[in-house]
Amino acid sequence: MDTEILARIQFAFTVAFHYIYPPLSIGIGLIMVIFEGLYLKTGKKEYEILTRFWLKIFAITFGIGVATGIIMEFEFGTNWSVYSKYVGDIFGSALAAEGLFAFGLESTFLGILIFGWNRVSPKVHFISTIGVFLGSMFSAVWIVVANSWQQTPAGYHIVGKGLEARAEVTDFWAMVFNPSSVDRIIHVWQGAFLAGAFMILSVHAYYLLKGRYVGISKKAFKIALSVATIISLTQLVSGHSSADGVAVNQPAKLAAMEGHYEPSAAADLYLFGWVDQASKTVTGIGIPGGLSFLVHQDFNEPIKGLNAFPEDEIPTQVNTVFQFYHIMISIGMFFIGLTLYASYLWWRGKLFDKKWLLKIFAFSVLLPQIANQAGWFAAEMGRQPWVVYGHLKTSQAFSQEVSANQILFSLILFFVVYAILFLLFLYSLNKKIKHGPYTESENPDEFLKYT
Amino acid sequence: METFLGIDYPTLWYLVVGLLFSGYAILEGFDYGAGAWHLFLRKDISRRIAINAIGPLWDANQVWLIIGGGALFAGFPVMYATMLSAMYIPFMLFLMLLVLRSAAIKFRSAEEMKWWRKTWDIIYFTSNTLIAFLLGVVLGNVLQGFELHENFVYKGGIFFSFLNPYSLMVGFTTLSIFMTQGAIFLLLKTEGKLHDRLSFLLKRGMVFFIVSFAVTSFYTLTYLHGVTDKFKEQPIFFALPILAFLAVANVPRLVSKKKYFYALVFSSLIMAFLLMLVAFQLYPVLLPSTINPEYSVTIYNAASSQKSLGIMLTIVLIGAPLLAFYFLFLYKTFNGKVELDDTSY
Repeated sequence: MDTEILARIQFAFTVAFHYIYPPLSIGIGLIMVIFEGLYLKTGKKEYEILTRFWLKIFAITFGIGVATGIIMEFEFGTNWSVYSKYVGDIFGSALAAEGLFAFGLESTFLGILIFGWNRVSPKVHFISTIGVFLGSMFSAVWIVVANSWQQTPAGYHIVGKGLEARAEVTDFWAMVFNPSSVDRIIHVWQGAFLAGAFMILSVHAYYLLKGRYVGISKKAFKIALSVATIISLTQLVSGHSSADGVAVNQPAKLAAMEGHYEPSAAADLYLFGWVDQASKTVTGIGIPGGLSFLVHQDFNEPIKGLNAFPEDEIPTQVNTVFQFYHIMISIGMFFIGLTLYASYLWWRGKLFDKKWLLKIFAFSVLLPQIANQAGWFAAEMGRQPWVVYGHLKTSQAFSQEVSANQILFSLILFFVVYAILFLLFLYSLNKKIKHGPYTESENPDEFLKYT
Repeated sequence: METFLGIDYPTLWYLVVGLLFSGYAILEGFDYGAGAWHLFLRKDISRRIAINAIGPLWDANQVWLIIGGGALFAGFPVMYATMLSAMYIPFMLFLMLLVLRSAAIKFRSAEEMKWWRKTWDIIYFTSNTLIAFLLGVVLGNVLQGFELHENFVYKGGIFFSFLNPYSLMVGFTTLSIFMTQGAIFLLLKTEGKLHDRLSFLLKRGMVFFIVSFAVTSFYTLTYLHGVTDKFKEQPIFFALPILAFLAVANVPRLVSKKKYFYALVFSSLIMAFLLMLVAFQLYPVLLPSTINPEYSVTIYNAASSQKSLGIMLTIVLIGAPLLAFYFLFLYKTFNGKVELDDTSY
């Protein structure tokens, strides 16, 4: 295999693995803030127990997120040196801001959050929880800003030619608020909230099914369900707004997402389907003219298809982009149905009566993870062949001085180390869940009142 | 070229990066250094205490690596890209070891089984030792220069050439100074028998440091040509090696008086002075080319635009006081000896 493909596989693998954790941290962080806030407000021990329990899971998730995140920071330089020189002027300030404002905040307060229970007052501890949560939210901002700039560059000019060409900032705020960044930050935050909320829903649904920790689990389930319902619905809005942006700024990507080839015709919106790249057709079930309607509010308005672009400026993996995009959307729709139905039952006072529903919730923890990954794969593969949209191609961006064998070496190392890390994560997660928020036999009087 | 206080932007950013790297070396110096003593501590409880001494701090200390790396990327993208891609293997090993080290801290005490703890102890010790060593190795390579051609194209060896005599020497020196730093830090954090054991180990550590430091200095002065030119031009900077030497002499004195906090300050100063020496000697070069000095990476040909550097300097001016506040608060909260409780590792 050649260097470019190996470098891409390595980056995709390391970043996809990394992205299991930060969304969980952000999402669990949000609900932890709610738990601890309720504890401070009501003084009820059950909220303290929930906070402490989820903090343990948060700590592991956060730790792996940081460890795998450092690798990403340096992988730009090791494997994408041409890219690094090209975007350093722009990407760099976002990364520096991330480090100072976001990572500095979350990592210093993390120590107090985890180890400070007996050393600081409950209020200061709560402030630390908020600090860590906000830090993780800011981290997402700067990273998504940098990525969005690659999708929709703004506030820059190109200096130099050939190997020495690079983008330089002309307007910092235009760079930060480039056309896609706000939509995508909100979309990413919401994806993260869903990851955390469904994790909490899943664990407490499992406890309810087993008849353990029933009292606190009902409380936690309701809080997480409220978050999940609101976010599932609003996710649709930010998703739609994001797609509108793609239609304007990255028309080839939009065409690939729906497998739309006709240079200028009304485009369909598929529920599911399969793109045959050889014959340039899609087989599947969809709404004729649906995409045209979503973008232009008119079923007959033509949309630029893939055939309207030069061969070397459209993604090579159209079907893959199509599938990832549709997986994300299907899961999003499923969440709306699931959470609305559960909320309806809650309103009727029957939320915990249906075992099958709790079972679905227990397994649904995987779905936001799949949706987050699929969404990013659609976004990044749909951007191809560009690494900086319209300016720098992926095939020109990798480190020319690094050999395929070197990458093979590091890639194998990553596989091994990450496999171990993932097993450890699952193992300790399982152990913490099995152990539960408190020891049931211990001090029964204290806990009986919740059950 | 734009200036602030009479200093041009690339030079200011050079100082910022230097400050961040010094902070990283000093803070993670005691983290990695403490880890490099891990297997020298015999009892399980001693090892647990040693890990919990850095427990609430190491994540925060690591911020300096992340900001330092980000600052290099942001301010000198050419340097960041050239150094990392040319030193591919050592950096990949470094990153992988960082991951293993984090895992060891988190998972070591999670189980009671002997084999489990023993395995993680070995991983923890090895990763800390090798991380400290590799940082020195990379520094040694930068000091000697890379085989850089026109447009910063690297044509040197790609697999094992980073292991050469001089870089190994700098590697050992870095490890030894981190171990000194780590032992002093642990002395501040421990009591009783463990404390006695550590003061015994610290003496060995200081010998290791002074010997490797002397050998490396001698080799540098004898074989690396041009290292003294700058000092002959600006003799005032002879103060740096003198200060470094005084700091080195002061550490054993303070240790024997059991003034560990000041010993930690002075061993931190050793690192700061040595890094200043390096920075002064290289300036304005970041990465010398062994082919032709014209091809070297300098702070001027590697720098981001004036506009971008101006933005980043503003970010630093706003962010640095915040970060300083967070750190003071964190270190104040966890001041004093280690006490194990149910939240400890």
